[in-house]
Amino acid sequence: MIATRDAYGETLARLGEINKDIVVLDADLSGSTKTAVFAKKFPDRFFNMGVAEQDMMGTAAGLAVAGKIPFASTFAIFATGRAWEQVRQSIAYPKVNVKIVASHAGITVGEDGASHQSVEDIAVMRVIPEMTVIVPADGIETRKVIEEMVRYKGPVYVRVSRGKSPVILDESYSFEIGKGTVLREGTTVAIIACGIMVSKAIEAADILGKEGLSARVINISTIKPIDKDLIIKAARETCAIVTAEEHSIIGGLGSAVAEVLAENHPVPMKRVGIEDKFGTSGDADRLMEIYGLTPENIAKAAREVIKRKR
Amino acid sequence: MSERVQLKEIARNLRIDILRMLHKAKSGHTGGSLSCIDILTALYFSKMRYKIDDPAWPDRDRFILSKGHAAPALYAVLAKIGYCSNEDLMTLRQIDSKLQGHPDCKAIAGIEVSTGSLGQGLSMANGISLALKLDKKQSRVYCLLGDGECQEGQVWEAAMTAAHYRLDNLCAIVDNNGLQIDGAVKDVKGIEPLPEKWKAFGWNVITADGHDFDSLLSAFDKAEEVKDQPTMIVARTVKGKGVSVFEGKAKYHGVPPSDEELTIALKELGGV
Repeated sequence: MIATRDAYGETLARLGEINKDIVVLDADLSGSTKTAVFAKKFPDRFFNMGVAEQDMMGTAAGLAVAGKIPFASTFAIFATGRAWEQVRQSIAYPKVNVKIVASHAGITVGEDGASHQSVEDIAVMRVIPEMTVIVPADGIETRKVIEEMVRYKGPVYVRVSRGKSPVILDESYSFEIGKGTVLREGTTVAIIACGIMVSKAIEAADILGKEGLSARVINISTIKPIDKDLIIKAARETCAIVTAEEHSIIGGLGSAVAEVLAENHPVPMKRVGIEDKFGTSGDADRLMEIYGLTPENIAKAAREVIKRKR
Repeated sequence: MSERVQLKEIARNLRIDILRMLHKAKSGHTGGSLSCIDILTALYFSKMRYKIDDPAWPDRDRFILSKGHAAPALYAVLAKIGYCSNEDLMTLRQIDSKLQGHPDCKAIAGIEVSTGSLGQGLSMANGISLALKLDKKQSRVYCLLGDGECQEGQVWEAAMTAAHYRLDNLCAIVDNNGLQIDGAVKDVKGIEPLPEKWKAFGWNVITADGHDFDSLLSAFDKAEEVKDQPTMIVARTVKGKGVSVFEGKAKYHGVPPSDEELTIALKELGGV
């Protein structure tokens, strides 16, 4: 078990030694986003912008224009909500090389409650032209994503989480922008998940397996540009799709998959996610149950879509 | 010819270019382009270091037009330098033009960052200034804001950042023409006392006459001498400066010259 924010912090600090162009900005949450690990090692290349997310995004854009590789971090709701227009105007439109890595996404923020729980960030980042959107599934993928971010030139939004989650990939995994991965083969239904919901999708496949239902599990870590081919192939071969994300069912992974299916190969589909609601305060694990982000609920959705197959 | 006379002549010609392109485009921002053109002239044709044949020269001074709606002023300057052509100017705001309604840094070399949404340029200027300091470059960064733009909260976030990080390689200028699109700044939502506000935010503040080259160049020189502090030049200007029909009128914030107004303007500026 490792929190993806921890994997981010450690990876950034390690890459900071290799690449001196990496600079890091935070908006007074470096202890939480884990950019503090980098800040301690490289104080000259760390800029705390104070509680000023809009200014942080603009400053990151300026650093990128002048040849640096800025990583800008804060909570997902502030990075994508408070500073949305700065991300659009100062980063995406000029297509500058800024990496926005936002932590504390989704309801697993827990006790801080709805004001701090971003359930809309994937949607509002995905809609911006030129923006790449990535949600790593575990600590290993987070590390590989951050390594790739240093190589890739252009604006990217990476969503990481507060809570610890199971490690599901191994060292042999190689991350490529825009490529999904089949983690479990299956023929009756395909469960397409991202972030911390990928491990829950695997658990759901186990539940379904015991009932004799063969479920494919796909990790779509790049929400944009999305792996259309892999999704269409899953739709052709299983004829039933379930998506699972710790995000609103409006505008996130579920919507992105639905767009691909509707225009290419429509099959019965159901989105598991937060159903057009704000979050609330409480224990993160309990919240996941209350909002239906569980293996059992994914399995239930799978049974429903299987029934709807013609 | 003295430098001052030369600069006046350059600014007179740039005003003509601005009005011709706005007239051709049939839309765009007349008043604010004319109020800031003397500031741009002083910077680009006296103060700033850059290379005509190498817009990306790493040691160049940078200019950020945070008040991006004054794009015609910047375009006229870039054409004069040769970063775009005079023919390009006549395509302003049209399909397939490099000259977008507001500056697009992807389209023309010499535009450092894309602007247009007010309040964002100073943050980007700060980022560039920080990077130049990391790289131990001597280049200076100039950033021009509108006075109405100072109503944006991000401007003050950026003001704190520049002071906190002691960005003495940064010199910002406010084009203080006192008017914005809905009327006088003091009536829309007052921002005064502007010099005192910037001082309180930790900046070295200089007031200047934004249409007097001696005043402007002396202010830029003084800014360069200050250590550990960014400088703000509050430049008093007249909106629509140089053409009687546009001067001091908020109405011409976002209105181009009509055929008749262009004729009057060219006559006054000696363009015919």
